[in-house]
Amino acid sequence: MKRWSRRSWLQVAGLGSLAGGATRIASRSVGAQESGDDVPQRPHRMGALGRVSTESFDPSVFLRTWNFSDLPQVERERFYRETPRQDGTVLREYELFSVDREVEIAPGVFFPAWTYNGQVPGPTLRATEGDRIRVNFLNQGSHPHTIHFHGWHPPEVDGSLPEHEVRPGERFVYEFDAEPFGVHLYHCHATPLRRHIHKGLYGTFIIDPKDVGGMVHREPADELVMVMNGFDTNFDAENEVYAVNTVAHHHMHDPIRVRVGQLIRIYLVNLTEFDLINSIHMHGMFFDVMRTGTQLKPSETTDTLMLCQGERAVIETRFRYPGEFMFHAHQSEFAELGWMGLFLAEEDRRDS
Amino acid sequence: MTAEIQNSIGRLWLIALTPLVLLGALLVVIVQTWPGDAIGVSQYPPVEELSFSAAKLRPNEISLTVFNDGPDTVTIGQIQVDDAYWAFTSDGGTVLSHLQSARLTIPYPWVEGEQHTVRVVTSTGATFDHEISVAVETPRPDLRYFLAFTLIGTYVGVIPVALGLLWFPLVARLGRTGLAFLLSLTVGLLLFLMVDAGQEGLEMALVVPESYQGVMLFGFGVFGAYFGLELIGGWLRGKRQATNTATSGWALALLVAIGIGLHNFGEGLAIGAAFALGEAGLGTLLIVGFTLHNTTEGLAIVAPLARDRVKIGELVKLGVVGGAPTIAGAWLGGLVYSPVWAVMFLGIGVGAIAQVVVQIIRQVVPDGPVMRFLSTAPALSGLSVGFVIMYATGMLVG
Repeated sequence: MKRWSRRSWLQVAGLGSLAGGATRIASRSVGAQESGDDVPQRPHRMGALGRVSTESFDPSVFLRTWNFSDLPQVERERFYRETPRQDGTVLREYELFSVDREVEIAPGVFFPAWTYNGQVPGPTLRATEGDRIRVNFLNQGSHPHTIHFHGWHPPEVDGSLPEHEVRPGERFVYEFDAEPFGVHLYHCHATPLRRHIHKGLYGTFIIDPKDVGGMVHREPADELVMVMNGFDTNFDAENEVYAVNTVAHHHMHDPIRVRVGQLIRIYLVNLTEFDLINSIHMHGMFFDVMRTGTQLKPSETTDTLMLCQGERAVIETRFRYPGEFMFHAHQSEFAELGWMGLFLAEEDRRDS
Repeated sequence: MTAEIQNSIGRLWLIALTPLVLLGALLVVIVQTWPGDAIGVSQYPPVEELSFSAAKLRPNEISLTVFNDGPDTVTIGQIQVDDAYWAFTSDGGTVLSHLQSARLTIPYPWVEGEQHTVRVVTSTGATFDHEISVAVETPRPDLRYFLAFTLIGTYVGVIPVALGLLWFPLVARLGRTGLAFLLSLTVGLLLFLMVDAGQEGLEMALVVPESYQGVMLFGFGVFGAYFGLELIGGWLRGKRQATNTATSGWALALLVAIGIGLHNFGEGLAIGAAFALGEAGLGTLLIVGFTLHNTTEGLAIVAPLARDRVKIGELVKLGVVGGAPTIAGAWLGGLVYSPVWAVMFLGIGVGAIAQVVVQIIRQVVPDGPVMRFLSTAPALSGLSVGFVIMYATGMLVG
């Protein structure tokens, strides 16, 4: 215990406010009024207070969305088009744009993000091994950006060198074949790299294994996309908010509904900046891990998986019991700062 | 003629008010045509500031008063306690405009004797931290709370001063050189207190919310107290001369007592405040240190009385004036603490002591040059010994 001196008394007395008194220039003015004056009194069930508006981004929808599947057909075609090719593969064309946008990352807390298509994480792209990917990129942001895909591709479309930077208002087309199968990622590679990534320019890029000889390589499953990310709201190179798919504690309020006994496949990507690693721990079960998703056979069976920045994995499991199951980073700090949620496993309804 | 006078009074009013009216008009123009727009100043982000003015710990509950001392509105988004988002309630809403405050209540299972950090995350993601260094339950302001503060104040302020006063018979037997030594010693003690309180006051002035301009408050306290006491001193002397008792020693002793009393008030305020902020575990050693330290203050009070006949009752009066404010300070600090008041009172203490130092020197050297007196052996050794005594006893308290 600290020893108390007369001087430290006096200091303590005045200085409660020492740290708090510090002035800080906020990044941008915000329309924070949604949270309003009304703070409800509720018992502490780990997590932030209140709810984030899901009007512009709903993590529960994002979870099961790829290739803009959440949009109505007409609107979807503005962003995603499929054209079958002679060899049986598909040309998949995407319209991606970068734009500065304020996103609500915890109830009442807004982050001045740089986004792909107005959302963090960016839209999930999904193709089959061997497909042709064509991404038409328009930079509508205030800084030069790129899209750097993980996977096989020629250097011209790597989006990493100074000459690859797409200046505000300009366009670039990234075209390459989708290889190898697995769960990958894409992110901006403009400099300063750290800022371009932690501001929100990243997304998931899934490549499914090719169907060889009518063999289905990955069993049909309830598939979920989870991007582990964090936000440094006060620019101290530490995250104030952690989450899967941006919104702190979202799935504490809105559990991920799954069926008991059904195969669950999670495409897990770690895009947390500032922290060396992140992890996932699932309660009351074990799961199979296929690191980077590039093998079809699991390399390990565990209930806690650690991923470095940029690392990712395919996770498969089946819920054995009905009810609520927590899942979260096993770094307790990350968990309590937002990276925590619930699964709600329900029995199949038997209509007798 | 009356009409003429009235006319000239009217003109004086006109002259006095015209600049003010024009100033008002200018303000309207500035607000209407905000010059910042021209250079895009209004595009700048808001400046968010929050400070914490009081923390209370109850079982499973932390409550904090936050105060917006920045120019722009601050919206509280979330609260973290020790890096975990936590539920909270606010009695003043979450949108705080300039100079508005709110009391945040956080149901939190804090751990006794350990450190906790409460962090307010605003809507823009700015963070403001309040550290609770040692978590102990905040005493409730009941009778026992009062008694505890009274007791601490008595130990720290009243008893030591009274003990110092007991040296009076000794002081009365001192010769001329001895008295010069003793008075110089008193000056040394007081100078130490002045520097000490000055440092504390300025340190604290820097951490009060900026809107309160702590250093200005401190300066106001210093000069206000100095000239206020100068006024009281003159009045006391005048009164004594009128009744022809001609004991300027008494007046000086009273002034010294008032000065020390004001200083002790500030000290009491800080003690009470440490409790109020939920920060202090009071050690016995600390109280012992204060007691030793403050005993010298009693000596400072009786030194000017060496040549006077003094009744016991008068000594008691001086003791109360010098020591009792510690109790009042502790009460006030414990109940309605704010660092702003602490700055004010520390400033007042400094001004009061400065005035007392000047008074004592005036008494010792009524018209001769001060520097010559100060360079005599008794004066120099007195000053040094006074300073060393304070320094040594000060070490006990840290």
